[in-house]
Amino acid sequence: MATTVDARGLSCPQPVIMTLDAIKKGKDKEIIVFVDTDTSKENVTRAAESQGCRVKDVSPEKEGYRITITKD
Amino acid sequence: MPVKNFFATRWGIIGVGTIIGILAPLLQKLGNPGNMGICVACFERDISGALGLHRADVVQYMRPEIIGFVLGSLIAAYIFKEFRPRVGSSPIVRFVLGAFAMIGALVFLGCPWRTLLRLAGGDGNAILGLLGLIFGIWIGTLFLKNGYNLGRTQPTHTTAGWMLPLIMLGFLVLMIVFPQIPNEAKSGVLFYSLKGPGAMHAPLFVALIIGLGVGFLAQRSRFCTMGAIRDAVLFGQTHLLSGFISLILFAFLTNLVLGQFKPGFAGQPVAHTQHVWNFAGMALAGLAFALAGGCPGRQLFLSGEGDGDAAIFVLGMIVGAGFSHNFGLASSPNGVGPYGIPAMVIGFLVCLFIGFTMRKKAV
Repeated sequence: MATTVDARGLSCPQPVIMTLDAIKKGKDKEIIVFVDTDTSKENVTRAAESQGCRVKDVSPEKEGYRITITKD
Repeated sequence: MPVKNFFATRWGIIGVGTIIGILAPLLQKLGNPGNMGICVACFERDISGALGLHRADVVQYMRPEIIGFVLGSLIAAYIFKEFRPRVGSSPIVRFVLGAFAMIGALVFLGCPWRTLLRLAGGDGNAILGLLGLIFGIWIGTLFLKNGYNLGRTQPTHTTAGWMLPLIMLGFLVLMIVFPQIPNEAKSGVLFYSLKGPGAMHAPLFVALIIGLGVGFLAQRSRFCTMGAIRDAVLFGQTHLLSGFISLILFAFLTNLVLGQFKPGFAGQPVAHTQHVWNFAGMALAGLAFALAGGCPGRQLFLSGEGDGDAAIFVLGMIVGAGFSHNFGLASSPNGVGPYGIPAMVIGFLVCLFIGFTMRKKAV
């Protein structure tokens, strides 16, 4: 199972706060984050990598991106 | 995978900070006021004056840098397919935050950008401003940690995203239709200062082109002076901070080269030495910027990429400047204005009210 974070429509720094929350508190190995701006995509990717997570995939989806993060 | 954005890398943000750090003192050399090569708050205040929203005759000029920031960002957003028209994340709250951010900034006499430029020019009073800014943003991060947010935006019509860029284009047209006439305080509908900082400016097209360039680069790099401090405090992240530091460093070096570095507290250009109010003014501005999610420059760049809520914040700042000067809230080189202190108290209460009450979890 994967934890899903929907950060679409939320501005800086909400997407990062929500992603870090999911990384720290979530039990799942995989976290999927939905964002709708390139800025959020970059910020979430950078934040996940700073936590030692791996960004497995970033794919465009509808009006934004779907970011798949895995915890080791 | 989408193409990697170089400007979003560490070297990208450092490069943009460096370029702004060099261009701002250069604009000062070309005619802009002291330690005010680029000041988003001051320049929006001057625009407010040019439009006659306030009648402080020393700060009235339609600043092309601000117009360039929005239009440069718009161009970058279109080229890189990042223009996303969106609105609906508490616009009225953003307007109020913009107005109080301006009121706080005008007590100190500068936005975060000018805080850095004042430091880089040797103005010791800016140390108090910077400490205030950090303090205000720190309070903002406490709210963010406790679930404060302004709610979600919604995608909307392209037209909505174009509104602020079109307003800026309109301002530019006004400047060309009603150009400055020597020794005349008014040209058509626009006011032009004859003395004071409003009378000091770089040539129109140089200022506009530099504004366009900075707007373009800042859109790509997401340069944000408030975010620099916020991310360091909130997440221990130094990405934006590295751009912030390179701006101070290169502005300092450029000032040295141009002979513009003059260390001291008294007699600094467009500044006063009331330390407590320098601190408090920037603390209020910092808190308002933190609650609104971006420094005044970033709000302009977001407006350029279609963010209608950031555009409302910008309009809040321009209107706030009107209130600041009409009500005697803004400081002068002699110190705080007659009603500056009560206005700051009200500003803090309003920001705290917003921070404490807007904590509903985003749905």
